[in-house]
Amino acid sequence: MDTFVGILNYLVFFAITAGIYAVLCLGLNIQWGYTGLFNIGIAGFYAVGAYTSALLSGPPPGPLDWRIVGGFQLPWVVGLLGAIIASGIIALFIGLLTLRLKEDYLAIATIGIAEVIRLILKNEGWLSNTVWGIKHIPSPLHQPIEAAVSSFLKGHPQLSPWLVHFISNAYNWFYLALVLLILGLLYWTSERSIRSPWGRVLRTIREDEAVAAVTGKNVFSFKLQSFVLGAMVMGMAGSLYAHYAKFIDASSFEPLYGTFLIWVMLIAGGSGNSKGAILGAFVIWGIWAGTEFLTGHFALSGAQAGALRVIAVGVLLELTLLLRPQGILGEEKVVSRMLKK
Amino acid sequence: MTYRILNFANFSHGDIMSLGAFLALVSLTLLRGLGIPDTPFGPLSFGLPMILAFFIALLLTGLAAIIIDRILYLRLRRTGPIILLIAAVGMSFCLRNIIQFIWGPQPQYYFKAIQIARKIPLLGIRIKPDEVFIIAVVALLVIGLHFFLQKTKMGKAMRAASDNMELARVSGIDTEKVIMWTWAIGAALAAAGGTLSGIENKFITPDMGWQMLLPIFAAVILGGIGSPYGAMAGGMIIGLSGEISTAFISTAYKPAVAFIIMVIMLLIKPRGLFGAR
Amino acid sequence: MILEARNIKAGYGGVEILHGISMGVDKAEIISIIGPNGAGKSTLMKTILGLLKPTHGKITFDGHDITDLSPDKIVRRGICYVPQTDNVFPSLTVEENLEMGAFIRKDDFRGRMKEVYGIFPDLKEAKRFRVGKLSGGQRQMVAMARALMLDPQVLLLDEPSASLSPRLVKLIFEKIVEINQSGVGILMVEQNAREALKLCHRGYVLAMGHKKFEDTGQALLNNEKVGKLYLGG
Repeated sequence: MDTFVGILNYLVFFAITAGIYAVLCLGLNIQWGYTGLFNIGIAGFYAVGAYTSALLSGPPPGPLDWRIVGGFQLPWVVGLLGAIIASGIIALFIGLLTLRLKEDYLAIATIGIAEVIRLILKNEGWLSNTVWGIKHIPSPLHQPIEAAVSSFLKGHPQLSPWLVHFISNAYNWFYLALVLLILGLLYWTSERSIRSPWGRVLRTIREDEAVAAVTGKNVFSFKLQSFVLGAMVMGMAGSLYAHYAKFIDASSFEPLYGTFLIWVMLIAGGSGNSKGAILGAFVIWGIWAGTEFLTGHFALSGAQAGALRVIAVGVLLELTLLLRPQGILGEEKVVSRMLKK
Repeated sequence: MTYRILNFANFSHGDIMSLGAFLALVSLTLLRGLGIPDTPFGPLSFGLPMILAFFIALLLTGLAAIIIDRILYLRLRRTGPIILLIAAVGMSFCLRNIIQFIWGPQPQYYFKAIQIARKIPLLGIRIKPDEVFIIAVVALLVIGLHFFLQKTKMGKAMRAASDNMELARVSGIDTEKVIMWTWAIGAALAAAGGTLSGIENKFITPDMGWQMLLPIFAAVILGGIGSPYGAMAGGMIIGLSGEISTAFISTAYKPAVAFIIMVIMLLIKPRGLFGAR
Repeated sequence: MILEARNIKAGYGGVEILHGISMGVDKAEIISIIGPNGAGKSTLMKTILGLLKPTHGKITFDGHDITDLSPDKIVRRGICYVPQTDNVFPSLTVEENLEMGAFIRKDDFRGRMKEVYGIFPDLKEAKRFRVGKLSGGQRQMVAMARALMLDPQVLLLDEPSASLSPRLVKLIFEKIVEINQSGVGILMVEQNAREALKLCHRGYVLAMGHKKFEDTGQALLNNEKVGKLYLGG
């Protein structure tokens, strides 16, 4: 019974992480799936969101920190909002500069910008505390829930160990519920918006920009809106991540985790499809976590095991592109058409 | 070249470069193992095995690129630049991690000698003999490429395909063959870059190509896509400005310099300095 | 008929543009295809060339079925094509453009190149110039010269006079007659209907994906219905 609880607790952890990735995926879906904007700089917005949230609601810099700013210890919600706004602003800035570029140039530009953001976060200690990162990021409602849990457990000393084990994990259940709630809201909003007139314009832009331009809509403005909104969602994910992991540094947002995996998730799940985005996130994260178990069985060094897992995901991506480019859930129309051309 | 002829941004180019560098390492070790004498030539740090390894690496990497193309990109050619780009990114991660899987993440060395820079009397600058070698090789490669593109039938066909792929097809040119040659040459040059970089920096890592990717793209965009000469000029400019910038800002931001140049270029003159289209 | 298309139906993305066209080119004939925009003239040409697969119908050349062949194979058989736009390699010289035209020739093409220069003496003067720097008229000549390098039996021309000044149009059409007289059959799609009909042996008038009229060039010129609808004032 206890192992069952152990597995359950792991699944909760898994679900939370997958959920956060799903949020990132939904953000990318708005940019790529709906509007066809090729953003390889996801990690940048993710990081900005996380750091903003951490700086706003985290503890003030300690005596050993390089960091100077931040630590206002504002409530979590403020951190979340800050993350959304910050990513939005950065996206606005970047978008104004680069959205006029052709699709593949946009890709290169976004990769570059994400790299620059990463470099800044890595090197500007006064902002980010360089590689030591920001620690002790508070999680929402952590105190009260933990307090409730301990007092409950103290009041019921006769409970079986597995039950104790189960209840001690209550906070994570709460966080999971929080993530799923936000995910659900985002999903609902996404689905509503894509069916709205606004969403239809985005789709037209994706299919054929020339056509969209002819209809008299300001293509650039719509692209910008999509880009910024997608980035805000990514920032939201960043905040969720920061408050869960309680520690962030530049390496948490490496292109591998921050960007590559997300693209694989969206393509595997089905670009342009919100359900696909979520499904893709869970499936790919599942494969990723699964390979961790598998490689644990072989006598490989950490770096080698990691490399093997990336190869596995990379091959999966290539196979998807070759064999089932529309992803698991397929897509309403657009991406598959592009791939079938 | 690959960008223009194959019509997509090959994000795996950097990792092909790393692949080349590591294939050179393999060849080098093999050749040393075969007992070929490793006495350095004159003032250079290396001897015959390195030179042979260099050529072998170019050959093998070119072949690898053709194989990858046949397996992956061939079937995706109809889809468009973005899908190909995604595929290339995937391939880049795969290559990089295959290298890391086989050789581990630590830097590897071609040879351990340390060279002292000697002074050239006339120019008053200090340069190492190895660097002279590198400059000579680069010059040879540049001249060789120029000769190939201008004088050989395939070279002209590549320039033609770069101008207008469909017209080339309709003229009867076997465009698949052109594509294979493009991959081979592009990869061989990348391998050369990787190996020479290994000679210059003394070590190679699985990440080396990926880290250079942004400056590489910056150089190509600066020079103008489709113009090999522009790319060469762009490469020099980016390289030089990167080094010069370290006098003013911290070295950590060197790649950012390349990137900023590229963004400025994209905004004001996307065709680059020498580009067509 | 050396080149024959029977009952061709073709289109793009599920939309049928050609609804059953039949036509043919005889040895060393000049055939003009005219008609309003959207009639399917270019589509027909692309189908013959193999750039587009017909959903229905058959195309034969010199007795062989070429319906499903790819463009490079069709080119090898002796049908060469000059597209309307983007029909030269701008960063190559004139001579290099011709070399590309002769790419698949196994023999020494210098002889043929001399012949082609004979038809276009102006190009011989400019042979080392990069084509991108030449004028529109010169480029059109390069485009045609390139296509001639393979000694085709039939030459497909897509709107050869497009965006050329009247003087150049006259020149180009003169060249077309000259090429034809050297033994090459010509299938020409043209907007400039009047001029096209004047110099062709036979013509087809297409509209809405159907063949509306078929007759000798002269007869079509004199045909009142054709005149009113397609030849303008």
